[in-house]
Amino acid sequence: MDVVVCLKQVVDPELPIRDFAVDPGTQRQVRDGRPLVISTYDENALEVALQLKDASGAKVKVLTLGPAAAVSEAIRLALAMGADEAIVVDDPRAPELSGAEKARTLAAAIRRIGPTDLILTGCESADWAERVVAPLLAEDLGAACVTFVSRIEAGDGAPLVRRLVEDGHHLVEVRLPAVLSVTSDESNRPRLPKVKDIMAAKRKPVQTWSPGDLTPASAGDVGAGVEVRGVVVPERTSRCEFLTGEPVEQVEALVQRLRDQKLL
Amino acid sequence: MPDILVVATAPDGTLSRSSLELVAGAHAISGPLGLGVTAVLLGSGPGLVDAPQALHRHGVARVLRVDHPLLTAGESDAYLRVIEQVARIERPEVVLISADTMGRDLAARLAWRLGAALVTECSELASGDGAVVARRQVYGGRAVATMAVTRRPAVFSMKPRSLDVPAPSPVAGTVEDLTVEMDPGDLPTRVRQVLREQSDVGLEDAQVVIGGGRGMGGPEGFAQLGELASTLGGAVGASRPPADSGWVPLSWQVGQTGKTIRPALYVAVGISGATQHVAGVSGSRMIVAINRDPEAPIFSVAHLGIVADFREVVPPLIAKIKELKGL
Repeated sequence: MDVVVCLKQVVDPELPIRDFAVDPGTQRQVRDGRPLVISTYDENALEVALQLKDASGAKVKVLTLGPAAAVSEAIRLALAMGADEAIVVDDPRAPELSGAEKARTLAAAIRRIGPTDLILTGCESADWAERVVAPLLAEDLGAACVTFVSRIEAGDGAPLVRRLVEDGHHLVEVRLPAVLSVTSDESNRPRLPKVKDIMAAKRKPVQTWSPGDLTPASAGDVGAGVEVRGVVVPERTSRCEFLTGEPVEQVEALVQRLRDQKLL
Repeated sequence: MPDILVVATAPDGTLSRSSLELVAGAHAISGPLGLGVTAVLLGSGPGLVDAPQALHRHGVARVLRVDHPLLTAGESDAYLRVIEQVARIERPEVVLISADTMGRDLAARLAWRLGAALVTECSELASGDGAVVARRQVYGGRAVATMAVTRRPAVFSMKPRSLDVPAPSPVAGTVEDLTVEMDPGDLPTRVRQVLREQSDVGLEDAQVVIGGGRGMGGPEGFAQLGELASTLGGAVGASRPPADSGWVPLSWQVGQTGKTIRPALYVAVGISGATQHVAGVSGSRMIVAINRDPEAPIFSVAHLGIVADFREVVPPLIAKIKELKGL
C-alpha cells in the first residue's frame, strides 16, 4: 500500500500569547524568530501511516509545502520517525497561502508522485484550522474522503475507519484511493525517534520540486474571490474575581455567587 | 431562483438545531444583499413531515424537502450528492452549511464541485458593499479574521453554536418534495456501525458544563466531575489532554477542535486555558476556574477563580450543593 502524508509546518501553537503577533502586511502570524513545529494533528496522521507500515509494510512518503529551507527540520523528524522518503514543494509564499490554494498544489504534487492508495492529513492545521485540505484533495484527486478519523480499524481491501462525530464514533467503510484527515487519539500518539533512526534518516531520499514543476487541476480554485480584510487580536481584559480563604470558605463564597446569579 | 440556500438536515427525522442557526446567518445577510432564502431539507424518517414547519416558523417560506433512506447520520457522500444536484438546479448565490461532523467536509467538496468561493468555520456573517463578510477564529482562537467574499456562488460553513436560533417570525410557507435517484453501491463511503458515547445530558445543549483538564491527573478525577455535573443537572466536558490520553471519550472534547459550548455556567477544573480550549468556551455566560496554578491563563478569561487543588474543593462543593438541593 502506498501512503502519502501531508505535513504542514506552523509556528508552535503553544507559543506564549505575548509572543503572538500578526503581520499587518500579510495578515498572517509573524514567524521570524518563533519556533516552528509540525502542525499538531499532522504528526498523528504520520503515526497512523507508520502503524500501517509496521503492520503491513506500507510505503510511507511525506509531502510538504516549503519554503524548503524552513521545513528541513520537520522533514528530518518525519524521516526519523519512520517515513521512507520526503517530497518538498519549495514555495516561499506557502505560509501566506489559503488552505484551498495549498490543497490545489498538494493535489498536483500527489498526481506527480503517482498512484497512491491513501493520503493522510491532520484534521485541521494549528494556525487557520480551515479543515478544507483533506476534502479538497479528495475532490481534486477523485478519491473518497473521510474526515476526523481517529484510527484505521482494518487495513486491507476496503478499510474500515473510525470517524469521530458529535456523539461518539462511526465505523465507516471507505473505498480506495481515499483521503483521510486524522484527529488525535490514544492509539496514534506520535512516536519518538531513536538516535539510530535519526542517523538513518540522513540517508533517506528527499526530493525538492518547485510549484512550476506541477500542473494543478483545471477546475477553479475555491480560494479565489476570498479577500482577507483583517486579522485582529481581540483585547482581553482580566476581570477574574479570586475567591480566597480555606477551601470550605472558597466553596461557600462560590455557592453564594452562583445563587446571586441564579445559577443554582 | 433562490439566492441563499440553507442546507437543513434532519438525519433522524428531527430538524437539527444547527439548521436553525443557519437561518439566523441567512437572515443576517439576506436583507442587505436583497436575497431571498430557501432551505433544502435533507433527511429520512417520519419526522420529516413536520420538520418544514419549524423552518416556516423561523421565517423561511420555501422549503425543498428530500426524504431518502440514505440521508441518515454520517452518510456524507449521500448528502453531498443530493446537495450538489439541488444546487445545480437552483443555482443559489450563497450556500450556508453547518460546520458539524458532516457539514465540515460537505462545504469544501460542494464548493469544489460548483466552482464556488469558500469560507469555512465562520462564527459570524454580515454584508457590506455587496460582499458577504464572514468572521472566523484563527490561530487557536488568538485572533479573529474578517473575510470578504464578492465571488458568486459562495459556500460558507458556520461553526455550530456560534449563532443563536432566531426568534420565531412565522411565515406562510410552501414545501416542494424532490426525488433523487441514488444507488448505494455508487457511494465511496458507507457507515457500517454507529458507536454512541453520550452523557446523560448532551454537552452542547447543557446549561451547566463541568470541564476537566490535564490537572485531573487521570480518569479517576472525572468521576468526581461527573458527580458535580449530575448534582447541577449538567454535563462533563474536557480539554484536549484528557481526550488525547484516553481518560475520557474524544467526543467530550471542548475547544476549537472539539465542541463549542455556550452554557450559562462553565466550571473549568484543572484546565490551564490553552487558547484552543478557550475558543470553545468563551461564549459561556459565567466561567468559574479551579486551578492550583495562579498563573494559569484560564484565570484571564474566568469571572470567578479559585486557586486550589480540585480534590480540596470539588467534594465540599458537591456536598454543599446537595445540601442546598436537599439531595
